Amino acid sequence: MNDAVEHDLECTGLSKHFGSVRAVDDVSFRIPKGSFFSILGPSGCGKTTLMRMIAGFENPSDGDIHIKGRSVLNIPPNKRNVKMVFQHLALFPMMNVFENIAYGLRCAGTPKSEIPQKVNDVLERIALPDVGNREIHQLSGGQKQRIAIARCMVLDPDVLLLDEPLGALDLKLREAMKIELKLLQHQFNTTFIYITHDQSEALVMSDNVAVMNEGRFEQVGKPEELYHKPATSFVAGFVGDSNRWAGKVEEISDGVAKVATEAGLSMLCKPQAGVVTGAPVSIFVRPEFIGAQRASEAGPPDANSNALAGKVDSVLFNGANSRILVRGPSAELIEADVVVTGGTSDLRPGDAVQLNWAPEQAMCYAR
Amino acid sequence: MQGDVKRLSLILLFAPFALWIVLLIILPHLGMVYLSLREKVAPRVYEFGFGNYIDFIQEPIYWNTLLRTGSMSILVTVLALLIGFPIAYYIAKIAGRRSRGALFLLCLIPLWVSDLIRAFGWILLLRETGVISTSLQTMGLISEPVEFLYNDATVIVGLVYTVILFMIVPLVSTLDGMDDAMVEAGYNLGGSGPTVLRRIIIPYAMPGIVAGCIVVFMLTAGSYLTPILLGGKNSSWFTEQIYDQFITRFNWESGAAFGFLLLAFTSLVVWAGLRLTGQNLANTVAKN
Amino acid sequence: MKQKNYIVGLAVTAALSTASVAQAETLRLLTWGSYAPEELIQKFEEEYPDIDVEVTFSNNEEMIAKLRATGGAGFDLAQPSHDRIYAAQLEYDIYKPLDLSKIDTSVMESTHLEGVKANTTIDGEVYAVPHQWGTSGLMKNKAMAADFNGWDDLCDSQYAGKTSMRLKRTILLGTAFAMGHDPFAAYSDLDKYQDILDEVSEKLIACKSNIKAYWQGGDDLSAMMLSGEIVASETWDSTAYKLYAQNPDIVFVPPETGALAWIDTFALPAKGKADDAAYKWINFVLRPENVTIMSGSTGAIAAVNGGLDLLPEDKKNAVNAAFTPADIANLKFFANIPPGVEDMEGKALEKIKAATGG
Repeated sequence: MNDAVEHDLECTGLSKHFGSVRAVDDVSFRIPKGSFFSILGPSGCGKTTLMRMIAGFENPSDGDIHIKGRSVLNIPPNKRNVKMVFQHLALFPMMNVFENIAYGLRCAGTPKSEIPQKVNDVLERIALPDVGNREIHQLSGGQKQRIAIARCMVLDPDVLLLDEPLGALDLKLREAMKIELKLLQHQFNTTFIYITHDQSEALVMSDNVAVMNEGRFEQVGKPEELYHKPATSFVAGFVGDSNRWAGKVEEISDGVAKVATEAGLSMLCKPQAGVVTGAPVSIFVRPEFIGAQRASEAGPPDANSNALAGKVDSVLFNGANSRILVRGPSAELIEADVVVTGGTSDLRPGDAVQLNWAPEQAMCYAR
Repeated sequence: MQGDVKRLSLILLFAPFALWIVLLIILPHLGMVYLSLREKVAPRVYEFGFGNYIDFIQEPIYWNTLLRTGSMSILVTVLALLIGFPIAYYIAKIAGRRSRGALFLLCLIPLWVSDLIRAFGWILLLRETGVISTSLQTMGLISEPVEFLYNDATVIVGLVYTVILFMIVPLVSTLDGMDDAMVEAGYNLGGSGPTVLRRIIIPYAMPGIVAGCIVVFMLTAGSYLTPILLGGKNSSWFTEQIYDQFITRFNWESGAAFGFLLLAFTSLVVWAGLRLTGQNLANTVAKN
Repeated sequence: MKQKNYIVGLAVTAALSTASVAQAETLRLLTWGSYAPEELIQKFEEEYPDIDVEVTFSNNEEMIAKLRATGGAGFDLAQPSHDRIYAAQLEYDIYKPLDLSKIDTSVMESTHLEGVKANTTIDGEVYAVPHQWGTSGLMKNKAMAADFNGWDDLCDSQYAGKTSMRLKRTILLGTAFAMGHDPFAAYSDLDKYQDILDEVSEKLIACKSNIKAYWQGGDDLSAMMLSGEIVASETWDSTAYKLYAQNPDIVFVPPETGALAWIDTFALPAKGKADDAAYKWINFVLRPENVTIMSGSTGAIAAVNGGLDLLPEDKKNAVNAAFTPADIANLKFFANIPPGVEDMEGKALEKIKAATGG
């Protein structure tokens, strides 16, 4: 089992049932040493239950959890070397910063003389060297965040669990903390397991992301894999923005499927596993792969590509990420990324446009 | 102008409270101080002096009773805390939303009947020919009737029963505000059950504990019926002596002095208690 | 305007309604529990429709305390015992003299009337007339304590743990008589009375281990006696009579040294506002047919001519079972309490209560 030691955490066939509800259903995964792993899913998908099982607050109905190669099923939460940053941080308000960090050390029986040194070290590593004597309510949101992490890291855990700790912060701080968390993880070189429903948090920070839905892992992979090669329609829809059509496969030839949408359009797309002729499918196309041209400037539609005529409904300016909403032939709104330069050539609401995208950028999944 | 209106409305808002404090609390107490400083020298003849207080100091029966009342009240407070804390924790943290109301109501039930009825309830249960003694005999656990009434233990049980609600309510309200994650964090960071209790839960609940203890201690030291009715031949209670001074001995002057001494004594105990536990009223009771 | 004048009058308009009430007059009785049976109140209000009767139940000490607090206001008729009027009036001035011409004194038993008048006359003015009398003494369960017949038998070790008493002045006086003293005679020499009290306290402290519990009121005494938890006790006669009706083995025992007799009286509080109604009530309850109702409720004997015969049947039987004419002749009427005695007695009682006798 030399191999297992290379993994800080390994779950096999892990399940948790609450009555007839399968909160976590036969989940298996392993997390390599020192990596940043995110579990991404909508609320109620079972990610919190999964994390509570790892921390020891819930007992699995089935399956096993190994930390550093050892099963922890019979180890109570306070004996597991898995620390957790709670959603609302759960800093102890009746203790100051120093005591909050020293709490775990005292519990672990660290000699009294070593505690101040260790606390100061960790405070320095999170770049808050002088806050030891402050009360919790005197800290800013970002500082609290870092103290909560320091409180765990001072104990040198095998795995650090983070339960949507950025949820309570305002947007700007959240963006800054994303980067900071990633840096902290590098610095401590500890395995982080990050629970979130916010895909941008997961994609930005993680080495690997598991997308979870209804108690199961839909896909585990690197962020770019999830984005560009979603394994299921849920992943395709949940990760990143997409335009979406429902339809039925008319024929498949040369790895390209011809689909008639419910609105009566005909589209070419790349069929994923399990798509057969006559099957109902969902088609996902990311806005950045849709090109928009003025109708007047566009050439005739290419039979081997997709083209739709429409009218610009509105322009969503957001700097480099600007986007237009186009009213398509069946009255649905289609999003397409555009460059807005501020010049006269920019598209404006009411302009007639033609949208084009390649069949290989249109992913279709069996429904 | 605006400022004047504001000040006026502030004064008007404050007026009922001020009137209440002045008319119902401060004035009667001033009257009591005045009364307690009068010495009776002959019928309808009084002199100013500290005689009533000196009498108290010189008579061991009085201060022994006061100390006895104080120490038993402290014992009742401690017991109420030890019993009330788990109950409050259960209500606030473990019980479901629906059963919580029912449990709270259960704790309230003793307050629906008067002190007197409650005491008679205990008497019915505990007397020599009462429910407990008889059922123990029927079960064959004891061969002769046992008298559970008329001793200090009964007084303490009766008092704890009466006051425990006043311990539970503030505890529930503070514990209710505690995020469950706080306790889990306590475990997660390596704390054992007792450590979490000692370092997380109790410090967090401290405002409630202090508020509950003060209320319970004051109520107990000032209670009258329960210790009188359940107490035995030797169970004197200080309020009984105040009553005796006022009513049976027509000695209002010394009764007033005793009343003051009880107030001073209980305040002193509360102060000492706060001192010993390193708390102060501002960050406990006021916060609560 | 340099400074605004705030004349924020915390105007407490003390609406002391001095306006006389035009409608029904109210008679506010301050009396003992059971001394104002509902039946009599209804009958009285039917006879005098313009008078409402309001009753406050109390006891000797509280009556004095209540009237003292208000200087004799708040009630129109009080019923303290005959020995608790003289000193209270001297010290606190809470009663007003009676107009005897408004009371039908001819129906009253003359020895009681004269006794009460003698006890309550100050500066030639009479402050009280008798209403009901009764005794404090002992009771026993004949089946279990046949030989029990004196105050000191409460401390007899053959009844260890089976007797009770109320820790009030009655037991001090009874014990003093049992020890061969005459406490009432010693009222005139308080030093001597203190000596008696010291001796009595010592005896009662030694007796503590023999007592099961000090009773507080009629209810707990009755419960202990009926359940057999105690076999004998110091008691009010009325309590004993009530128990006799439930268990004929329980009888009132006039102690060998004489039962202590009290007379509850009528007295007018100094600031009473319905004197006429009060006189009407006095004369009303003294009528023979009403006396029976009253005695049925109180268990005490009316201080009227033939009061014993006017008792309801069961009470009459209980009295006859308890008293021989010799016992009646041997009654010790409570003497007026001189100022200071209550304090001395209070101290003695505290000493007994605080002593750790067992």
